Amino acid sequence: MQRIGVFVCWCGSNIAATVDVEAVSEALKLEPGVVFSTNYQYMCSQAGQNIIKDAIAEHKLTGIVVCSCSPRMHEATFRKTAAAAGLNPYMVEIANIREQCSWVHKDVPTGTEKAIILGKAAVAKVNLNAPLIPGETPVTKRALVIGGGIAGIQTALDIADAGFPVDIVEKKPTIGGKMSQLDKTFPTLDCAACILTPKMVDVAQHENIRIFSYSEVEDVKGFVGNFDVTIKKHARYVNEAACTGCGACTEKCPQKKVPNEFNLGMDNRRAIYIPFAQAVPKVATIDPNYCNMLKNGKCGVCAKVCAAGAIDYTQKDEYIQEKYGAIVVATGFNPISMDKFDEFAYNQSKDVITSLEFERLTNAAGPTAGKLLRPSDGKHPHTIVFVQCVGSRCDAKAEKGKEYCSKICCMYTAKHAMLVKDKYPDVDVYVFYIDVRTPGKNFDEFYRRAVEEYGVHYVKGMVGKVVPEGDVLKVQASDLIANKQLHIDADLVVLAAAIEPDKSARPLATKLTASMDTNDFFTEAHPKLRPVESPTAGVFLSGACQGPKDIPETVSQAGAAASKVIGLLAKDKLTGNPCIAHSDEMMCNGCSTCERVCPYGAITYMDKEFRMPDRTTAIRRVASVNPAVCQGCGACTVACPSGAMNLRGFSTQQIMAEVDAICK
Amino acid sequence: MSSNKKFLQEELTRMSGVNPKKCMKCGKCSGTCPAYDEMEYHPHQFVSMVESGDIEPLLNSKSLYRCLTCFACVDRCPRGVEPAKLVEAVRLVAVRKQGANHMTANDVPAMLDDDIPQQAIVSAFRKYTK
Repeated sequence: MQRIGVFVCWCGSNIAATVDVEAVSEALKLEPGVVFSTNYQYMCSQAGQNIIKDAIAEHKLTGIVVCSCSPRMHEATFRKTAAAAGLNPYMVEIANIREQCSWVHKDVPTGTEKAIILGKAAVAKVNLNAPLIPGETPVTKRALVIGGGIAGIQTALDIADAGFPVDIVEKKPTIGGKMSQLDKTFPTLDCAACILTPKMVDVAQHENIRIFSYSEVEDVKGFVGNFDVTIKKHARYVNEAACTGCGACTEKCPQKKVPNEFNLGMDNRRAIYIPFAQAVPKVATIDPNYCNMLKNGKCGVCAKVCAAGAIDYTQKDEYIQEKYGAIVVATGFNPISMDKFDEFAYNQSKDVITSLEFERLTNAAGPTAGKLLRPSDGKHPHTIVFVQCVGSRCDAKAEKGKEYCSKICCMYTAKHAMLVKDKYPDVDVYVFYIDVRTPGKNFDEFYRRAVEEYGVHYVKGMVGKVVPEGDVLKVQASDLIANKQLHIDADLVVLAAAIEPDKSARPLATKLTASMDTNDFFTEAHPKLRPVESPTAGVFLSGACQGPKDIPETVSQAGAAASKVIGLLAKDKLTGNPCIAHSDEMMCNGCSTCERVCPYGAITYMDKEFRMPDRTTAIRRVASVNPAVCQGCGACTVACPSGAMNLRGFSTQQIMAEVDAICK
Repeated sequence: MSSNKKFLQEELTRMSGVNPKKCMKCGKCSGTCPAYDEMEYHPHQFVSMVESGDIEPLLNSKSLYRCLTCFACVDRCPRGVEPAKLVEAVRLVAVRKQGANHMTANDVPAMLDDDIPQQAIVSAFRKYTK
């Protein structure tokens, strides 16, 4: 028989205002096995924990029930308290009478009744609890960073600097991500390439970093400290080790009509290409969709001009297997498609562009060599209209757009407006905004400079429609402050398109068993206190894959993710979770159902000899759980038709006892 | 807000199915409206005035009859507020109201011509005999 102590927490007034804590501790005193019951204002405080420790010693408790907040909040706290008093930490049960009781009920009688029932269930469970000892698993001291933008680059550099090997997997032929496409960066207007490319070089030269460019994560198995990852390296038809990046092939390739994705299709590249001059690795890649040699075997010019003999038309996709202790997701973002926003005429006029396209238009390495020229006729624009919040802050039920604020648009539009006025003071610049959101160091000052020093016309209101007419864009918009409808003949319209997570994020989340929100942003383990960790142990988040972010924020988060990874890799062994599945071999009928449902591949089958009646033996096929791999999800215990699978700490008997206690 | 205003506000939101609280005051409805310059109160003002209960001026405004019900604002509102449906509801309240008619049923025959649809004539008699 257990000797159980019950500790009811008031949580200040959080619980005590809706639950009669005295009544709860009195009622639970009468439950079987309970030898001690009390209540206290803050059980998690030092004084509260001492009450528990003293009671364990004084009443020789073998199990305790804490009626308090969610176990997600303080289960670990109370387990440590119990362990400090010499009690096995798995003899602690939490009855959640805050989130699931006091916070959802309004009147004291209902709250108290429910709190007593939840307490009874926990007592019933502790009566069947047994001490559990967690196992230990080794840690592979190598990290994987998925995505080679500024988030991935910074995370990799920080981990590598701490002395751990890091691999970066980047699906494009070069690292650099969106930041490599930007012109200047707010709020200081330093050039993106000038601050990014040195970091890219650092990555390339770091002895602890390997770059798998033009590669994707194919498969992920295992668990924290011990991930088995398959990386698919796409064939680039160029031997990376031999290519010197001289660029001779990219000049001689006769296939000149390939839309250049680096410039967002605003100019063309060749079928063999290096995305941009500072690419890392600086290696050519053949685009198999356009290469004449790969498509119909006629050409071979690049192979002829390559002095290094690096061209290899027979190259195949390669699969690399590697073990990692930690995985950082840094898959970034993309602007949303403007296809559904017909009112802005994006698909009707070349002179209606997105902000990212505008970045390329003002960039010295862009399609116009940094001269601001209209994409349609190459003329200098005199009136430019910027439209904010295109597809951001939309109704959840709307057919187009996103519900969230994309966060970066206010600032980059202020930057664009300022850059235009700086180079071409004669240009009239209008910015249509709903709100100007500039929380950030030196951000509002930056926006005010655009208005006060540069004379950008900020108009509170929204553009209703854009109609191309001749060589102008007729912009109709509202000016809410003047209570007027404005009609502007613009030469260029720039849409601040909402941003969304990269399309590769959702399938990746499935492979990692990491959770996402409805917008496909990765969910953090705690929105305030664990912002760079995914709820899946060993998976960390860096940059815009977790939510819209600017560069300063991305870099801080990248460093935070790196520090979490370093903390993990610095350990030699990880304490496992003892609440894992085990099979009762006498009941197992070897049907393999559990093996099929196990998401971690923790279950195998083996033939085992059993003694049968009449001194005979029989060989039977039975399930066996690998304790290092099992994560205790419980899928097998539900699937097992004969009830042979059980979860330690959450056995069928324990859960049924809880249900019985609630229904009694 | 007075109980009368509150009643009118609830009546309008119920009739139109529009929730003016969803408006984020971006002004895209008024930016897109083809009849803007004809109106004393513009689409975004309809939404904000119904939201604040300031409905009486709308009922007495000619703006009610300038809205073409083209639904451009409904189509383009990022928050799905559907201002044209709200204008329509205000119009219905004005039309259904007893008294305050700007003419009587006796004035109608003199205004008839061949182009006026039968339905409009019947509606006019129904309205102006109230």
